[in-house]
Amino acid sequence: MKKVWAFLKGCFVLLRKGSKIYYAWVTFLLALMVIGTVAYISQMYSGLIVTAMRDQVSWGFYISNFTFVVGVAAAAILLVIPAYIYQWKPIKEIAILGELVAVSAMVMCLLFVTVDLGRPDRFWHLIPKIGILNFPQSLLAWDVVVLNTYLVLNLTIAVYILYNLYHKREPNKSFTTPLILFSIPAAVSIHTVTAFLYNGLAARPFWNASILAPRFLASAFCSGPAGMILMFQVIRKWTNFEIKNEAIFKVAELIAYAMFINLFLLGAEVFKEYYSDTAHLAPMQYLYQGLHGHTDLVSYIWTATLFNITAFLLFLIPQTRENFITLNIGCILIFIGVYIEKGMGLVVPGFVPDVLGDFYEYSPTSTELLVTMGIWATGLFVFTMLLRVAIPIMNGEFYVGEDGVHPYIGDQEFLFRRAVASAEEPDILTQ
Amino acid sequence: MSTEETREKRIFQLTRRKALKGLAAGLGALALPAKGASASIWESFFQKNFRELGKPELERILAKLEKEYSAQYGKSVKVKATPPLEGVLYGYGLDLSRCIGCRRCVYGCVTENNQSRDPQIHWIRVLRLEKERGVDLEHAEQYYNPSTVPEEGHFYLPVQCHQCENPPCTKVCPVQATWKENDGIVVVDYNWCIGCRYCMAACPYGARHFNWKKPGLPAGEMNPDTHYLGNRPRPVGVVEKCIFCMQRTRELDGRYPACVEVCPVGARKFGNLLDPESEIRYVIANKRVFILKEDLNTQPKFYYFYSV
Repeated sequence: MKKVWAFLKGCFVLLRKGSKIYYAWVTFLLALMVIGTVAYISQMYSGLIVTAMRDQVSWGFYISNFTFVVGVAAAAILLVIPAYIYQWKPIKEIAILGELVAVSAMVMCLLFVTVDLGRPDRFWHLIPKIGILNFPQSLLAWDVVVLNTYLVLNLTIAVYILYNLYHKREPNKSFTTPLILFSIPAAVSIHTVTAFLYNGLAARPFWNASILAPRFLASAFCSGPAGMILMFQVIRKWTNFEIKNEAIFKVAELIAYAMFINLFLLGAEVFKEYYSDTAHLAPMQYLYQGLHGHTDLVSYIWTATLFNITAFLLFLIPQTRENFITLNIGCILIFIGVYIEKGMGLVVPGFVPDVLGDFYEYSPTSTELLVTMGIWATGLFVFTMLLRVAIPIMNGEFYVGEDGVHPYIGDQEFLFRRAVASAEEPDILTQ
Repeated sequence: MSTEETREKRIFQLTRRKALKGLAAGLGALALPAKGASASIWESFFQKNFRELGKPELERILAKLEKEYSAQYGKSVKVKATPPLEGVLYGYGLDLSRCIGCRRCVYGCVTENNQSRDPQIHWIRVLRLEKERGVDLEHAEQYYNPSTVPEEGHFYLPVQCHQCENPPCTKVCPVQATWKENDGIVVVDYNWCIGCRYCMAACPYGARHFNWKKPGLPAGEMNPDTHYLGNRPRPVGVVEKCIFCMQRTRELDGRYPACVEVCPVGARKFGNLLDPESEIRYVIANKRVFILKEDLNTQPKFYYFYSV
């Protein structure tokens, strides 16, 4: 117990220490979080009337962001599988970063759902035994279960491995292996359940297509890894953590496959709707062409489509995939493309036209934008804090001292600009 | 039993209520009733789901609400919790050949059921359709505003909760705050709903409405004859819907729903589907009847028909 306490105290010392850049970054995030909180308090005070959501479009920007972020979290398994199943070393070194991304993303997901509630004070109604969780009837109940499981699972794995590294001992395989294996179906399940949440509604033909869950997974395996590739480069440029080029290129290759499947499934969906040309075509027409003069989403979805196709080509060709300029352009295009497609492009056409043929064009208000920004900042803040502890541990700069209780804290800077980012240095994990 | 054992036992004998209080206290005062809140606020905060309330508990809650509402609206307000009548399953008929689209039902409903006037919430929505196209919802117009109705070349399709036998809305609720009662009426527990609006996404008839803001209900216009699961004043942030005027229809000396009473052309029919002699059964047996979105297998108990 004393050891754990000393470790936690060491963590707090680490969180407080850092370069000016670190302080500036954290202050920036905290400022955004404060702005978001103020916006949320005003929303609680006035009610959800301050959003642009109405009876016709009853879910909007919050749930769009939620859906996208679930995908980002699910993508962590794209690192876990090559790392732990195939024991591929370059990725094994960074797999823990994927788990930390998953933890931060789950925190964001839970926040996005909470800010969307009309009665956040009654969240406890969802807790089994104390309240009533309508499981297994309601897919939202399923989502509550799988999201929380996934959060706890990733947090447990990451903390356990890091805590052992801190003590300079090998993590106990018989404890980690089952958890890691379980995290793979769990990652698939969070995205599948979120897709089913929409999929199961016969009232909304745009969502009521069996292809929805596969499309969710395919797009998640594009956007999540794309975000991670960008993040890896930031980490190895601004901290003294090493990430090998080959790990990045392998992830990029996986993105190419996932994007191909994503585009293929999208094509299958578009063909079915347009060729059969039934009454169910209306939402897709609204999205891609505009309908009865309502064209709010058209430019967005074509931007997304163009971005996704361009990025696919960039990732398909090995020369552009392994060139950092084109690689990064591709990652940014994918991240934005999927953000539009899996966010507003998925949620809003489910409601437009509404079930009685009414057209209400939704576009988020400033409150929704500010609260959303605050939640993204919170996610980045959580991730930064996790990295602040994880990276020194993995670099061997934060470990338990000679007495077996008090920690040695080496890393004083954390964030700093590195002169040369060399990717081929001795293995840091096995020092 | 040693004293230590007894003490340990006592520690773990936490009732649900106590556990909740501890939980809430631990979560801090952000969204929860602040200091100085009276005991009654705490009590309603911890109130159980309607279907789990015992009789004395329910009676206490009803009495408390009556007192609160009476003070708030300056009149004697009745809050009933009349259960479904035995052997009754409500059905509704709407005669499309008679409806003239005057929307008196819309406002009759608002007056009877204490909907918010600001912003306006309407449980009934009347769609104007083109005779040439028939029931084609994509070309429906809800915001028609001519000087007189009916309009040439159009007919009208009022839509409200269809009280489905297989309701997609209750299935999706994550906390069982909405359910179908034995008389077929789908109700919402306004004190249990968390406002996630999943039911609104699930409803194929747009019958569910959300209180995006604290409902504006002028005291003078408040109908004091209310039902706990029906037309009592609603809090902000919860979903509401048509409940077939259960404050009227569940009473033994009952009345028709307000929309049936107010309809100037007699287009609306209401009755007991289990009674072979009822008007609604006559309509179903003898008229050309259809239900909306039959392919979704919601099995509505709201029947559109043509009398001529």
